[in-house]
Amino acid sequence: MERKRLRRSMMFVPGNNPGMIKDAGIYGADSVMFDLEDSVAITEKDAARFLVFQALKTLDFGKKEIVVRINDLNSGLGIQDLEAIVRAGVHVVRLPKTDSAEDVVFCEKEIERIERAAGIPVGTTGMMAAIESANGVLNAKEIAHSSDRLIGIALGAEDYVTDLKTTRSDGVELLFARCMILNAARSAGIDALDTVYSDVNNEQGFIEEATLIKKLGFDGKSVINPRQIDPLHKVFMPSEKDLEKARAIMAAIADANAKGSGVASLNGKMIDKPVVLRAQRMLALAEVSQTDEGEEV
Amino acid sequence: MKLVKTGTAGTMESNDIMVTLDPKEAGGVQIALSSSVMQQFGRQIEAVIRQTLTELGVAHATVDAVDKGALDCTVRARVRAAAYRAAEDQEYDWGVM
Repeated sequence: MERKRLRRSMMFVPGNNPGMIKDAGIYGADSVMFDLEDSVAITEKDAARFLVFQALKTLDFGKKEIVVRINDLNSGLGIQDLEAIVRAGVHVVRLPKTDSAEDVVFCEKEIERIERAAGIPVGTTGMMAAIESANGVLNAKEIAHSSDRLIGIALGAEDYVTDLKTTRSDGVELLFARCMILNAARSAGIDALDTVYSDVNNEQGFIEEATLIKKLGFDGKSVINPRQIDPLHKVFMPSEKDLEKARAIMAAIADANAKGSGVASLNGKMIDKPVVLRAQRMLALAEVSQTDEGEEV
Repeated sequence: MKLVKTGTAGTMESNDIMVTLDPKEAGGVQIALSSSVMQQFGRQIEAVIRQTLTELGVAHATVDAVDKGALDCTVRARVRAAAYRAAEDQEYDWGVM
């Protein structure tokens, strides 16, 4: 499990589709998420589980983070999903419909039991929790702090808006949930991941939503089609102007350090710690993004 | 594993294979395979089917497989799913797969 890594895009791949599974690694998503839950018919749950299990054990997805969305643990299917995918070496288990910290703790105990039974070092398997209800949103902080295995928490908007008795519109209906999830994630030092944008043909709408969640502070977003990956990464790529400013800030800090000065300034403005942190983050993101793009070719 | 009824898994989509298993009392495993890549990979697909059934302890069965260019891991997954369905067995032993 890699706790910290680039997670701008997490691509859903239906777990019972061999063609999509085979090609999942080639589109440039930072994380690939095989889905055993909503995209698989109830009569095909067993077949999808076998397929994802064999794919995880056989196919080489390079440096991609491999996530599997399991079925609800209360459905009786979720435990079987865990039995298969933990043994197959999944990087991260995505727990759906997380309403409370207890849901995460229960899932973690099951993962630990399977790791011990399979001779896998305890703690190898990461987790992320998808919050999809009003209860879950209100418990976001406790959920985010509930396990050291958590690499992030995510918003699942379709179920959430249904729970709120509304529908998805311009995003105002999701603002409270997004802010709760984001602050909970930051409080726990883990990633915040946004929900899917379902209208694949509306690229402008997708870009607007991606821009909004980046402004809020999210680390990334789930995508349902490879076409959404490139526009999403472009939204997360710092502009050249921002990068120039970040480089100038770091140069001013280096200059001040060389002179033995405890205070640095740029264009007459003092550079304080949060400014340096933001500049460092931006340069790191640009560097990783460029390396990543290079590897995809 | 004892097969007790017909079990089918897979689809006719590209990159998949549809596997149908029927129980038999004797005579080993008989495979009827059709594939869009029969010339190149027919023997390999048949070998994977046989090996998977051997691993599952299925000694006698009739196999009808329609391949649409499935990878070996997909063939294994579909044969396993069909076999567990044909055996009406839901005690999956993931540790030995």
